[in-house]
Amino acid sequence: MNKNLAKNFASGHSACAGCAFPAIVRTILGESPDPVVISNTTGCLEVTSTLYPYTAWKTPYIHSAFENASATISGVEQAHKALSRKGKVPKKIKFVVFGGDGGTYDIGLQSLSGALERGHDFVYVVYDNGGYMNTGNQRSSATPYAANTETTPVGKESFGKVEMRKNLMEIVDAHHIKYAAQANVAYLADLKKKARKAFETEGPAFLSVFSPCTNNWKFPTSQYVAIAKLATETNFWPLFEIEDGKYKVNWATENPKPVEEFLKTQGRFKHLFSEKNKPVLDEVKKIVKDEWQRLVDKTE
Amino acid sequence: MKNGKNKNRIALTGGAAAAEALKQIEPDVMAVYPITPQTTIIETFAKFKADGEVETEVIEVESEHSAISACVGSSAAGARTVTATSSQGLALMNEILYIASGMRLPILMVVSARALSAPINIHGDHSDVMGARDAGWIQIFSENTQEIYDNTIIGMKLAEKTKLPVMAIMDGFNTSHCVENLEILSKDQVQKFLGEFSPEKYLLDIEHPVTFGPLALQNSYFEFKVQQEEAMEKAGREYLKIAKEFEKISGRKKDYFEAYKTEDAEEVIILAGSTAGTTKDVVDRMRQTGKKVGLLKISLFRPFPLREILSALKNAKSIAVMERAISSGTYPPIYNDIVNGLYQSGETKKVQSIIYSLGGRDIFAKDIEKVFEDLKAEKISKEIKYIGV
Repeated sequence: MNKNLAKNFASGHSACAGCAFPAIVRTILGESPDPVVISNTTGCLEVTSTLYPYTAWKTPYIHSAFENASATISGVEQAHKALSRKGKVPKKIKFVVFGGDGGTYDIGLQSLSGALERGHDFVYVVYDNGGYMNTGNQRSSATPYAANTETTPVGKESFGKVEMRKNLMEIVDAHHIKYAAQANVAYLADLKKKARKAFETEGPAFLSVFSPCTNNWKFPTSQYVAIAKLATETNFWPLFEIEDGKYKVNWATENPKPVEEFLKTQGRFKHLFSEKNKPVLDEVKKIVKDEWQRLVDKTE
Repeated sequence: MKNGKNKNRIALTGGAAAAEALKQIEPDVMAVYPITPQTTIIETFAKFKADGEVETEVIEVESEHSAISACVGSSAAGARTVTATSSQGLALMNEILYIASGMRLPILMVVSARALSAPINIHGDHSDVMGARDAGWIQIFSENTQEIYDNTIIGMKLAEKTKLPVMAIMDGFNTSHCVENLEILSKDQVQKFLGEFSPEKYLLDIEHPVTFGPLALQNSYFEFKVQQEEAMEKAGREYLKIAKEFEKISGRKKDYFEAYKTEDAEEVIILAGSTAGTTKDVVDRMRQTGKKVGLLKISLFRPFPLREILSALKNAKSIAVMERAISSGTYPPIYNDIVNGLYQSGETKKVQSIIYSLGGRDIFAKDIEKVFEDLKAEKISKEIKYIGV
């Protein structure tokens, strides 16, 4: 393994085979020019990397609670200001939060908003797998419309989740931060470039990274990169940046693949291919199309 | 001017006295969120910062939950860290209180104790701090502005010595908003008393990376909690040691509690906080007519110095424990602790539980006098008495 990638996050963690976040964590941290200190929400990454007396973290790491990783890093970053002024600690350290979508879109949104508004110098990374996967696949506000989860189960009267995903990127952008980007584990070169920009940003920077979950999206462990790639190729998960409020799409095609190609790879969308659910499938396609247009409109 | 040491006598509210102590501590980081009646502390401190009197990094967070969370981050990072709150704010912090103590982080919190909603009430009682009594924090009550000033400084040192977080508590409004005279130390004295904060393990020690807050399952969680409890047990002795050191520089007598005329007292009231002042007046007045009454004022509440308290009560015939908090469905907290201790030592003294001044309701000298008289007349029941309801 590339030494630079493994220097902060070691092998031996207990994430599922075919989980996307080890690659996301290593790729992002590999781009930091300085030592990093990590704050982590409660979730899959935390439980699979810190089982006492072991730790996969070869760099300073703190997990406090589910909803407060941004407030926690605020304290760490301000402590660094005070202690580096006194010459007690190195001047150059980067501060990074890793959170799942539950800890970011839902329970941690206030803490994130506060830290963004206060302008702490840190990089927030959400690895978005569209639900509470650590507790066994419950819906979050990042769960896509019509997905089958344990709390939005498909049944005689239900086609899965009835609400659209929350548009977190626009919420983050509303804080006037200098850099926010949406990335995908299947596009590592793009992710690296965005991580580098995030680390170069003074003040808060935000990365939202698509992170397929083999267990709860229900696909074979070998397929996470292929599925993640389809998410972008179908415009389900566009790659874009917001720099100083200006939107820029990083990957686009004249002829996106049909959304069905992405949906059919996963058990959570299997029900959409019945005759009964054809209107639901049409709605999914319409949402993807509209959201893509909404994004394109912002680039103009 | 005792001892001729560098002391100043000034008049301040409790909030301003706590802020003065915090200025002299000059923590590295203070994370705060406004709530009545704590705001006088953070506003006074903000002015110190604005005038360049302190270098402290002040984080004005968006909630108390984030205030204590930022303190966890800051303290783990290796910085001397403080916060202040009241009431709903302390209740909102509750989840993270346990994380701060479980991670053994020496955070100091000043609390202007206040009632809890519903119904909403901004005035003083002890519902908030009593609700946090099992969270693994050392808790020290203060009677007046002098004591909250002293306990803020003692609390900072105690936290760092024991690796346990500390609440320095004053009564909301009764103390936080009342101007009284107090003697303050010089900043140099306070800095020398505290010494440098140099934790063994901290997050910004890049060369020696540590994982804070791991997952500990059935095979290790229990050991963590037992070790934490051992530290709490030892914290009592450490408190006394530090309080005595403080006594040397301040000339003010410090102990686990204040035993006011209890030596030969037959009737004793036990309570914590500002009502001790009025109670001492009542004791003095009743003593003039030959009544053997006394007050035991709780200072250190967690850990509870049970053995020492019992020994101070040995001559008492009857006791009333007066509290500004309900422990719903049972007796209030201090009463339970006292009765438990008496039972363990085979004592059969009669103890009356009294609840008073919830939501800032006034209590008068005559009310306290009646408590003593009822004790004398053996009007002692197993029922909790509510004063003034």
